[in-house]
Formats: sequence, C-alpha cells, structure tokens
Amino acid sequence: MKYVDEYRSAQAVGAIAAELRTLVEPGSHVKLMEVCGGHTHAIYRHGLDTLLPDEVELVHGPGCPVCVIPMGRIDDAITIAERPEVIFTSFGDMLRVPGGRRRSLLEAKARGADVRIVYSPLDALSIARDNPEREVVFFGVGFETTAPAVALTLLRARELDLRNFTVFCNHVLVAPALRAILDSPDTEIDGFIGPGHVSTVIGTRPYEFIASEYHRPVVVAGFEPTDILQAVALLLHQLREGRAEVENQYGRVVRDDGNPEALAALERVFTVRDDFEWRGLGPIPHSGYRIADAFADLDAENRFEVPGARIEDPKACRCGDVLRGMAKPFECSVFGTACTPEKPLGTCMVSSEGACAAYYAYGRHRQKVIA
Amino acid sequence: MSDDVVTLAHGAGGKASRRLVEELFLVELRNPLLEPLADAALVSANGTRLAFTTDSYVVRPLVFPGGDIGELAVNGTVNDLAVSGSTPLALTAGFVIEEGFPMDKLRALARSAARAATAADVPIVAGDTKVVERGAADGLYITTAGIGLLDPRAALDPSCVRPGDRVLVSGSIAEHGIAVMIARGNLELELDVDSDTAPLHEIAAALCGLGADLRWMRDPTRGGLATTLNELAAGAGMSVVLDEVAIPVRDNVRSACELLGIDPLYVANEGKLVAVVAPDAADAALELLRAHPLGAGAALIGEVCADDLPLVLAETPFGGSRIVDMLVGDPLPRIC
Repeated sequence: MKYVDEYRSAQAVGAIAAELRTLVEPGSHVKLMEVCGGHTHAIYRHGLDTLLPDEVELVHGPGCPVCVIPMGRIDDAITIAERPEVIFTSFGDMLRVPGGRRRSLLEAKARGADVRIVYSPLDALSIARDNPEREVVFFGVGFETTAPAVALTLLRARELDLRNFTVFCNHVLVAPALRAILDSPDTEIDGFIGPGHVSTVIGTRPYEFIASEYHRPVVVAGFEPTDILQAVALLLHQLREGRAEVENQYGRVVRDDGNPEALAALERVFTVRDDFEWRGLGPIPHSGYRIADAFADLDAENRFEVPGARIEDPKACRCGDVLRGMAKPFECSVFGTACTPEKPLGTCMVSSEGACAAYYAYGRHRQKVIA
Repeated sequence: MSDDVVTLAHGAGGKASRRLVEELFLVELRNPLLEPLADAALVSANGTRLAFTTDSYVVRPLVFPGGDIGELAVNGTVNDLAVSGSTPLALTAGFVIEEGFPMDKLRALARSAARAATAADVPIVAGDTKVVERGAADGLYITTAGIGLLDPRAALDPSCVRPGDRVLVSGSIAEHGIAVMIARGNLELELDVDSDTAPLHEIAAALCGLGADLRWMRDPTRGGLATTLNELAAGAGMSVVLDEVAIPVRDNVRSACELLGIDPLYVANEGKLVAVVAPDAADAALELLRAHPLGAGAALIGEVCADDLPLVLAETPFGGSRIVDMLVGDPLPRIC
C-alpha cells in the first residue's frame, strides 16, 4: 500500500531501533509518554515496545477520547437515547462503553432505543433531514481531532435551519490534560510523544508550555512504526543534549500553526467549559468544549433533561494511575479478570486504543517477561 | 449467561457469540453429536458416516459486489460440509420473505441459489417459504441445511493437531466483509472489492487426499481468520504463531481496513479455507491448493506450537509479536 508500506519497512525500523541503543546510557531509565491512544494501539499492534532498549519505558497517556468520557456522561447519553422521539447517533466505538450501571448504548439499543452508528456527523444530519418527525442527536466525542467536523455539522444545521438536530457535546482538549498530568505530584515523565492527529488541527504551538514551563521535550509523531521510533530517537537526542523543545516528526501532515479553518470553526461553535470531568483523572479545568451560546438551540443538553449525575470510577480500577503513567495495565488487580474488553470495568479497557485494551489484546503474553 | 438481553455482539461471531452458544444453547440442547461445536456434526447411519449442518443468512444488502444472498446461502453450507471433510450430497433452503418483496428480485435470488448449487454439484432437494409482515425480516432471510458424505481418508479434529504443524490459507482474506461493508453505502468509499463467496468443495476434497497429514480445516467466516484460529488454539490446547507478512491481503482490502481502523484478520471470508497440515506435507498441500483457481493465492501463514497458554500470536516483520485475540463485539470503526 503506497504511503504506508514505506513507513513499515523492516529495514528502516531495524536501523532506527539500532540507533536507539546508541542513545541511552546503559543502566539509566527514561520514561516517555505517548499521549495518543492511536500511538498506544500502533505500538502494540506492531510490537514496537519489544524493539526499544531496556532503558526506555513507554507509558500510555490520556489520549483515547472514548476512554476518558466519564460514566455519568454515558448514563446521560443513554437517558437521551431512550426517549421515544430520539434517534441517537454515534461513532461505533462509543456504543460498547459501559456507564454507571454497567449498561452501554449497545444494550440500550437491544432494549429498544433507536441508536444508530454513523461514520460522520454529517450522516446524522442526513438522518435528521430524512426524519423530520424525530429528534436526531449526535454524540459528540473526541479531541480537537473530531471536534471540527462536529463544528462544521452544526454550522450546516444552522444553514439548513434544521430544528430536529442537536449535539450532545463531550469534546475534550488535549493540552489541559497534559498540564494536569505534569502537575500531578508523582509524575515522572521525561518526555512526550505528541499526538499526531490532534496536531493536524491545533498545530505544535499548544505544546510549547511543556518545554518552557516544565522543561520536558515533546515530539509530535505520526502513527507508523518508523514515525514512532523516530520520535523516540528525537526525544532521546534532546534528553542527551539537555534540550527541551517541541519538535515535529510528522511534518508531512502537521503544520506548526495547525489548520486555521478548522480552528476558526471551533472558535465559532464551541466555548471552553470551566471544567470537565475525565474518567480516571477527575475534573480538569478548561479541558472540554460546550456548545457556544449562539448555537444553544442545537445543544442536546438544553433540548432534553439530562440527569448529569457524577459517578465515581470503580474503586478496584487503577485507570487513573495508568493514565498518569504510574502503573502498567497488568499491575491493576482487576486487569484481565473482572475487567476485560468484553466487560470493561475501567476506562482504559474500553476502546481498542485504551492502554489496558491494547495491552490485553496484543501484549498479555509479554507480561511475565516485563514484570 | 450473565447478559439479560441479546445484543448485536452476540451475533458477531466472536466471544459473545461463543458464550451464547456454549452457555445457553449447548446447556439446553446438550448431546454428544452437538458437543464438539464444529462446522458440521458427524452422524453415522448404518455404517455410513455423514456430515450434517445448517446456517442462516441475514446479509444486508441482499445483492453486493461479487454475489448475493442466494449464492451465499448455498456456498456457506457447501463450505461447512466441505471443510468437515465431506462431499455435499443435498441441501435444503428455507426462505423467510417480507410482505411486499418484489417478485422479480425473489426470482433472481432463487436463480442465483440454483446456479451456485449447480456449480457446487449439489441439488437443493427440499425447501420452505414463510411470509412475514413488512418490517419483520429486513427483506429476506435464507436458512440452508446440508448433508454430506464423509471422506473416509479425512479425520479432522483439533485433537489431531501436533506441535510443528503448518497453517495454510487458501487465498487473500477479508474480501467478503469489506465488500458488504462498502456495499451498504454509508462509508462513501470508492473501492472495487468483490465478495469472495465461492464453493470450496473441490479444494477441500483435494486436501483430504493428504490423508492423516491433513489435521484440521475450517472456513473462516464471521469473526474472520483470527476467531477461527483462536477456536483451533483452544480446541488443540496449543498456540498458533502467524507470520504477519505472509498472510495474503489484497491492496484495496488493506487500504479499506486501514481507513476504517479494522484488522483484516477479523473480517469475514466466504470463499477461503484455513488448513493445518503435518510439516512434511506443507509443500504438497500448497501445490494442491494452488492447482485450483480458488486456491491460486494460497499461502503458508504460520505454525502450531506447544504452549501452556494457548494463544494466537502474530510475529510482526520487525521481530516483535502480538496477541491475536478473538473478536470482541462487532468490528466497529474507530473514532480516529
């Protein structure tokens, strides 16, 4: 496959892996966080963690948008979906996420709620046009990656003067979550592999504070094996040379200023919330979007009554520690037992991009070696 | 069974489907012939050994690139018989039709089923029709059943599998599932992918010629190659180690999978078989497969290993490895 195979060449991967070994002091310990769930997935999918020198440890960050939605918000979504007049539309991977009663949208659907998978928020808009007698709600989830598509959909809904379409907005912002992790007292992260897809929208500048205030290097990276390993090499170079800068490994897609049109759409349609609760991490200031007042009539939280209950994360679950890079998935006592991809207890087991799910799916056999 | 309602995950062919069958149906219906939960039950009558199977087809859309539900319903049951090591003798077909279904479309699907039966050299000898109210059947459902005469040379069972045995697949994977996903039209992908629906009776019979060197065969339909091989690993109590680069996937199918974030190992096939053979018979098996147009893309994809933790592992081209677990739920496209 063109534009993919080049980045998966065994020879190129082998060469970078060999370079990595020359960049670490034997016996030292370097902890790097890959922020994005897509990176976590790719690392396990391709077995990249097995190619790193022993001195380098990768920890998995909070960048799986499915995983970070708190259970209370899932219950709110189910409450909306169960209304008889509602057609509830969502990206596929949100459907399996369990809420507070361990019930998911998939189960709500089985019990009669009209829940439909869409591949784009614009598909939800078409459903609204085709069903004028029904209320169509789109479950807006994701970082700044998916938020622009939802913003454009809301602008289009306004243009069409659609009265039966709303968005249940749960969009989150990546930079405040990273700040929360850096501010957490026990965090010992030496550098960050910056998220690739988010950065196509926001650019590389929002990470500058990590370098200037916290003196940690950041390398924004792509998702192919050579991308990720090269990002690790660039981070190790910076650490060796005592530099803390934001570098862009994913230059073929990411611009420093991001995508100005997408950013303008976000600015117009959304307002940053005072705080938003993250599953596993708790409330983080200025870390989520709500729909701006000018579009309040298209906000599902205004159109429908939502319980808005806050539900504690399950006690046995160590997702918060995993998300902060303080525990490996298999160090959690319920990992693989009470918590599996089929019946997830904690956030990180939910989506295939969650650290625990990726580890469960691809890495369990290595557990004894690593532990 | 801990679930209190049936969800679509129970129908996806992965872990939940397995649980539904084992914890509900097997519990209620248990008998020695059902217990192996193979593609077909092996029944003896007056010294004759027969394979007996059934399958229902609920595909949407009813017509997709490379095939339709009529052809699929015949090939699917022929294949279940074929990979059980039997020659199909006769099929039955039950049609559940929705009120208002156009007669000419129904005729076309019946013709297509007849053509597939002729191609597989097996008659459809009995049938049934039921008409249900509009909205009750998504157009048309077909259930086929089939009976086949077991090849005396074939003794196929996971318990016959030995460490060191080789794993083969008869051609490129994931085509049926991707073709149907694209044909549903909500992805707006412009890719020419045809379903691989085809009768496997000839290539399966050819492999039966290997005698005891052929250990086990399956057609990796719902849940894909990954799920089928997990069932093998669990049944044999051994691990299957796959060479990821050796698994044939057409470029357009790989592209679609990359775009959708779906692993081709979990996507359904309707005209491929996977076989385990003795190490010394691997070359001969490949030759037998490649001699037939339906096996032209056959490849050696892995090896069976003794292991206290039976898993399916894929070795990546970089010397890493990963677990290939059973499918959990439906393969849902990821957010990003």
